[in-house]
Amino acid sequence: MSELEFRAAVRDAIAEEIERDPAVVFFGEDVAAAGGVFKATPELHERFGPERVFDTPISELALAGAAFGAAVTGLRPIIEIMFGDFMGLPMDSLVNQAAKYWYISNEQASVPLVVRSAVGAGGRFGAMHSQAHGTWFQGVPGLKIACPSSPADAKGLLKASVRDDNPVIFLEHKRLYSVKGPPPADQLVPLGNASVVRPGTDLTVVSIMRGVPDALAAADRLAENGVDVEVIDLRSLRPLDLETVLESVAKTNRLLAVEEGPRTGGWAAGVVGAVAEEGLHELDDVWTLTTAETPIPYSPSLEDAFLPDPDAIVATVTERLAISTPR
Amino acid sequence: MIGTGTAEAEAPAAYLERYAEMLLIRLFEGEMHRLFLQGHVHGTTHLSAGQEAVPVGVCSALEPHDYVAGTYRGHGHALAKGTDPESLAAEMLGRATGVCGGRAGSMNVIDLEHGLVGCFGIVGGSIAAATGAALSAARQGGVSAAFFGDGAANQGYFHECLNFAKVLQLPMLFVCENNFYGEFTPMAEVTAGGDIAARGAAYGVPARVVDGNDLWAVRAAALEAAENARSGAGPTLLECQTYRHYGHSKSDPATYRPKDEVDNWLARDPLVLTRNRLLESELEESQVAAVEEETRERIERAMEAALAAPFPDPADDEGREFRQ
Repeated sequence: MSELEFRAAVRDAIAEEIERDPAVVFFGEDVAAAGGVFKATPELHERFGPERVFDTPISELALAGAAFGAAVTGLRPIIEIMFGDFMGLPMDSLVNQAAKYWYISNEQASVPLVVRSAVGAGGRFGAMHSQAHGTWFQGVPGLKIACPSSPADAKGLLKASVRDDNPVIFLEHKRLYSVKGPPPADQLVPLGNASVVRPGTDLTVVSIMRGVPDALAAADRLAENGVDVEVIDLRSLRPLDLETVLESVAKTNRLLAVEEGPRTGGWAAGVVGAVAEEGLHELDDVWTLTTAETPIPYSPSLEDAFLPDPDAIVATVTERLAISTPR
Repeated sequence: MIGTGTAEAEAPAAYLERYAEMLLIRLFEGEMHRLFLQGHVHGTTHLSAGQEAVPVGVCSALEPHDYVAGTYRGHGHALAKGTDPESLAAEMLGRATGVCGGRAGSMNVIDLEHGLVGCFGIVGGSIAAATGAALSAARQGGVSAAFFGDGAANQGYFHECLNFAKVLQLPMLFVCENNFYGEFTPMAEVTAGGDIAARGAAYGVPARVVDGNDLWAVRAAALEAAENARSGAGPTLLECQTYRHYGHSKSDPATYRPKDEVDNWLARDPLVLTRNRLLESELEESQVAAVEEETRERIERAMEAALAAPFPDPADDEGREFRQ
């Protein structure tokens, strides 16, 4: 079976949805002629023409606001806000308009809109091109937030997001674009369904995006030391599949949430809090591994130390479980 | 400026209907004022009395399937596009029979059945929403109009969307209702250059200054802009100069406006101007009076029905976050 690259999964998902549904359009900055700054959307413009795939000015307010207006009047736009950090600009359209429309219109129309962005640190992009904005939107009812960790999920989640009648914030981690993996078994990966990507009995580690392969790498090393880690990929932050996490914790009695972002206001703290509220009697231990409460640094030495990589996951588990350090 | 000289050869009866729509808005706003003071309208509300010729003139140039997006001073935008006054009033009163089931309120009315993409509580929000609707309208053979105030002309939304709409040659009308005050602050004090229409030229967007209290002038300008939009010539910016009779919102007595300025504008009340012009045509006083009486009765019935309607049941508010 041929392997699928993450960025190709994104492109294929968009292409298949444009082909399937004439209402789907795709626009953003440098997405058409240039094929995207991360080369995630090449040749779509040539293949589908300027009516379906087009470049826009560098105008995030206009771009996202227009996508909202188009979505409530018959189109199903996919837009790219190039870096997640730029999401501060279109916040009004997404939070005040798109997220609320279905409810405040008394269900006259929903907003079938997907907002894709490249997110995450580790690329030496500095403080304003490295953030993951999922948590900025997590407290907004009416929005869905998808955050794939593998090529298969990227494709299945993106296709499901395009077909979803609600606005979806879609996060693509920069350090996953070149990852290859098996193509999806199913066409669609429904939003709001976590996935147990590695079964285990001693400890549950939940994460998203790049944190998932990091947790898997850490789990392999911890296994050598007799710790059997279950790894859960949440796959979407809103709706959040708490049930899968609670089922896992009922088995392992320990929960670690690994987030590439600060603990304050982060999703990891939210998961830990919700599990404590609903599954306290199952818990022997629960904690988070997050980043420092600072902006994301530029220098390689600082950024590497800032990120929760497999070493950091192994270290925190080792310390917390008071076991000897694995090789 | 397009002024009263641009009358068209159109039957006076058509203008009598448009006058009735303007009166409907005026009476509606009067009722909202009264019901707010009585505690039936909640929170805040922004009345558009004095500005009626703009939405009525613009919407008279649009087709039912065309889109508009309005502002938080949007009761007139909704009524002019065809929203039923009873369901609009019920919305203001927070009733289950409101056009949005009581879930939106005064600032956020949505009525897609009549092409009202929405009214937006954030200054400038209507501009991007209408720009997006123009993307759809381009496919559907329609046009889209954004209503916004002079204050919004200083928002990023205005500049970004003028550029965006022109680059994509979208079928769109940018309709600025310049009432010379952004909330409590005079437009001239916060608007560099002092000339909103002039900003169109920077984007290659044709622009007109229009007497916004002159129904005939607004309609003529909107017809031309809509025709250009439909023919593929792209967007037009219309700066319709007008004046609000009330303050910015229900917390604002508008004491900051000079008395002679207010008096000058009141003397140019668009309802009076329209009525006088109708009587100068072949219409009789009795014909105008009959339409006025009908409109008054319509508003009375609407308010009675809205006041009698039930409030929404919280038990009916479950499972509404997402469309399944």
